[in-house]
Formats: sequence, C-alpha cells, structure tokens
Amino acid sequence: MSPTQGNLIEVRGLRQAFGGQEILRGVDIDIPRGKTLVLLGQSGGGKSVFLRHLIGLIKPLAGSIRVDGEEIAGLDERELEPVRRKIGMLFQDGALFDSMTVYENVSFPLRERGLRDEKVIRRKVEESLELVSLSGQESKMPANLSGGMRKRAALARVIISEPSCILYDEPTAGLDPIVSDTINRLIRRLQSHLHVTSIVVTHDMISTNHIADRVALLRSGTIHFEGTLSELHGSSDPIIRDFIEGRSHEID
Amino acid sequence: MKFPYSFPVTRAFSLYMGQASLLAWETFTSILAGRIRWRLVLRQVVEIGFGSQAVVIVTGVFTGAVFTAQIFFQFNALNMSTAVGPVVSVALFRELGPVLTGLMVAGRVGAAMSAEIGTMKVTEQIDALRALAVNPIDYLVVPRAVAMMISMPLLVGECIFFALSASYFVATRILNVNSVFFLHHMESYTHSKDMVMALTKGFVFAIIVAIVGCQQGLTTRNGAVGVGRSTTDAVVISSLTILMVNFFLTMALNIVFPAGTARY
Repeated sequence: MSPTQGNLIEVRGLRQAFGGQEILRGVDIDIPRGKTLVLLGQSGGGKSVFLRHLIGLIKPLAGSIRVDGEEIAGLDERELEPVRRKIGMLFQDGALFDSMTVYENVSFPLRERGLRDEKVIRRKVEESLELVSLSGQESKMPANLSGGMRKRAALARVIISEPSCILYDEPTAGLDPIVSDTINRLIRRLQSHLHVTSIVVTHDMISTNHIADRVALLRSGTIHFEGTLSELHGSSDPIIRDFIEGRSHEID
Repeated sequence: MKFPYSFPVTRAFSLYMGQASLLAWETFTSILAGRIRWRLVLRQVVEIGFGSQAVVIVTGVFTGAVFTAQIFFQFNALNMSTAVGPVVSVALFRELGPVLTGLMVAGRVGAAMSAEIGTMKVTEQIDALRALAVNPIDYLVVPRAVAMMISMPLLVGECIFFALSASYFVATRILNVNSVFFLHHMESYTHSKDMVMALTKGFVFAIIVAIVGCQQGLTTRNGAVGVGRSTTDAVVISSLTILMVNFFLTMALNIVFPAGTARY
C-alpha cells in the first residue's frame, strides 16, 4: 500500500474508565495514512488517554484498535513491540531519560534496536538534532534544557527511528509562540517530506490551523465532530463554535 | 469464602503478593530467556556491590566486635572464654552475616531502586521506554536483579570476613583471649556448610530486595509524595520479608546443612 492510501489506524467502540468514571464511551475514528489528524477537546476530556491506547500503553475496557490492519487491543507487552516500532510518541513533558545526556537519549532507540556502529549512530543523532534545531546540545543533561528544548530533544528521539506514525501529546503546551511555531512547522515538514501519519492531541487552535489535515473533537467520551479544517470552521454547531472561539458559558 | 478478602488489609496484601509474584515470574522468565543487558548489569554491580562495601564493612566490623565482647562477658564467667570464637563464627555465618547485610542493602539499595524507578514512573519515562518498544522489566528490573544476585553473596562474605577480623582483634587484643585457642576452636566448629548457608541466604535476600524495590518503583503513583511512600515501603517491606523468610530458610537449610560439631 502507498504511504498515503487507506487508514493506518481504525478505532471502533473504544471504552475506558478509571475509578468508576467513564472517560471514553465508545470512540469510533479512522486515521488516514500520511495525514495529520488533530484531536481537540477540553482538558481532562480523555484525549491523552485515547492517544495512549493507540500505542498500547493502556488496555481498552472494550472496543477494537487496528494498526496497519492488526488488532492490538488484546496484545501483551511483548506482542506490542513490533507495533511500537512503527509508531513513535512525543509525551507532554518530553519524558527524556534524566540520567542520560541529550546524545544518549536520542541515540537510545538505535542502540536498543541493535545498531552498534558509533559513526552511523553519531551521524543519525546529528541529523535528528539538526532537524529539531538542537545542534550542539548533545552533551547537555535534560535538567539543563528549557521546556521547549526538552520537547524538541524528545522529538529527535522519536524521529531517529523513522516511525510511520507519530503521536503528539500536547506538543505546544507551555511553549512560547515562537517555539510552538517551530514545532508546528516540524510536524508539517515530517508529514510532507516523509509522509509520516501524525495524530496531535491539543487544545491550541493556532497550532490546529497550522498543521491539521483533518480535525476531530472529543467530547463527553465520544467523537462529537470529525472533518476537515474548513468544515470545522464552517460549522454552526454551538459546541464547536464555543471551542473555536474559546467561549465559556459560566457566569462571571 | 468472602470474609478475609473483605478486609482492606487482606485485599491489599493479596494484591501486593500477586504483583510481586508476577514481577518475579516475568523477571526470571526474561533471565532464563537470556534477555540480559550485561552492560547495565555491570553498571548495577558497581552501584550495588562496590557502592555498598563501606556500609557492609562498618556493619560487619562493629557487629563482630560487640558480639564478641558480649559473648566473652557471659562465657568468661564460666571459664569458657576460648569458646567465644566458634560461637561468634557460627552465628555470623548462619545468621548475623546474611541478615545484617540483607537489611543494610535493603536500606541502601532497595530504597535507591524504588526511588529511581518510581521517579521514572511518575515522569512518564517508563511509558517512554514502552513506547520505544523496550520492555521495562528487561531494561530496569533484570539488570538490577542479576546484579543483586551477583553482589549479595560477595557482600555477605565480605561482611563476615570483617566481622571475624574484628572479633579476633577484640577477643585477643582487648579481652586477652588466647589467640591460638580462639582460632583453633573457631576453625574446628566452622564448616563449609555454614558458608554455603550464608551464601544461599545472601542469594535469596538479593532476590527479595531487588523484586520488592523494583515492584514498589513500578507501582508508584501520585508524584513526589508517591515516590517518597514507595521508597519507605520498599525498605520496610524488604526488611520485614528478609526477617520472616530468614526464619523459614534457617529451618529448611538446617535440614540440608545441619549445625555441625567440632572436627577434632
């Protein structure tokens, strides 16, 4: 199959609950190959929980998740490893290994996959760091990086193993507009140059307008809307309008 | 029968035992399958084994010294001062050496394992490992468990060596016990099976400290407070488990290696 045809991920009837509280109440969504899907929703609405299901970090209570045609909902940790090699994930705070330098963090996936040639490793690390504009920061520890640099270093760690799909958990949260724009451009570049399928969880509308091919809105544990960016902006649904325009109905 | 399970403590204990047993099972399955990262094992041996030497030596020296003095004060009244050597030696090999080393390592290494893995858990680093297709048990637990299994018997041996050296010094130089009789009786009553018992206990305690420390770390929740609680629990649980398991090990090993008599 061409890298831009069909669906890479298909989710049907996904349900999840924590401590008796239902977070996902039957999510149905298709994620097209080679496109960027932005998943919008309120904070605490289950967006990150949904994202974690796609890489098997959380087991669903019910429902089906098919990645590249393979059902992953019932797989154990070891069976999930081949799926996880196809999908990378950028965590909200980067989740860099704090006992390792930036170089060790970025080279980690290569070493874990058995690459031993130090020259090749160094070249790939330099390329990845250059792609995220972090050249020359190899010897720094994560504690000595700013929030934006940590996220970019984490992104370099994700892209070094060339996954066909990247999951972004709030990639621009807590970043200034300039760094946010750098991340947005990077997501766009990975999609256009390498045909990487991207799923971006965010509530940042500026970011959404910049990167989205398709947009979905998660509300009350289900997909309330799914469509293109122009369909989102053209919608007269009051819930969507409130979200786009950042309007709350609480009394002052 | 529902009754015992309805107690929260019983439920928590059952859950804990289930999690720890599962972790132990997965760890040994990985070890037997050869999924051992020797570079990480080596690093842990340095951290655990080399780094614990000062604690273990000090424990050994002062335990040997004070135990010798107490035994001497009791035995000297009965004109049995030369029996101090064998009593101290057998007690160190069979009980004090492995148990004290186990407790000291549980405090130092068990706490460190739990704190390190717990911090990784609450900062999503464990999830990052999983997302990078790296099994956290293979990467974090197996190297620590293997390093503990290598280091603990050596640390037990080191503790006993320094305890016996201190015992010899206190008995012969401070308490004026005849050194020839002291050493002769000590050698006569101490058998290789006592050493095997010490090393076996050290090996079992290594597994307890590693599994409890890692299990506490992997189940950490609620941020910094959770890391603190896991660390405390790791030390308390592994120390109590060592003391309890030690009794049953003593009873079982005494059947295999019964306490010996003198070789005259």
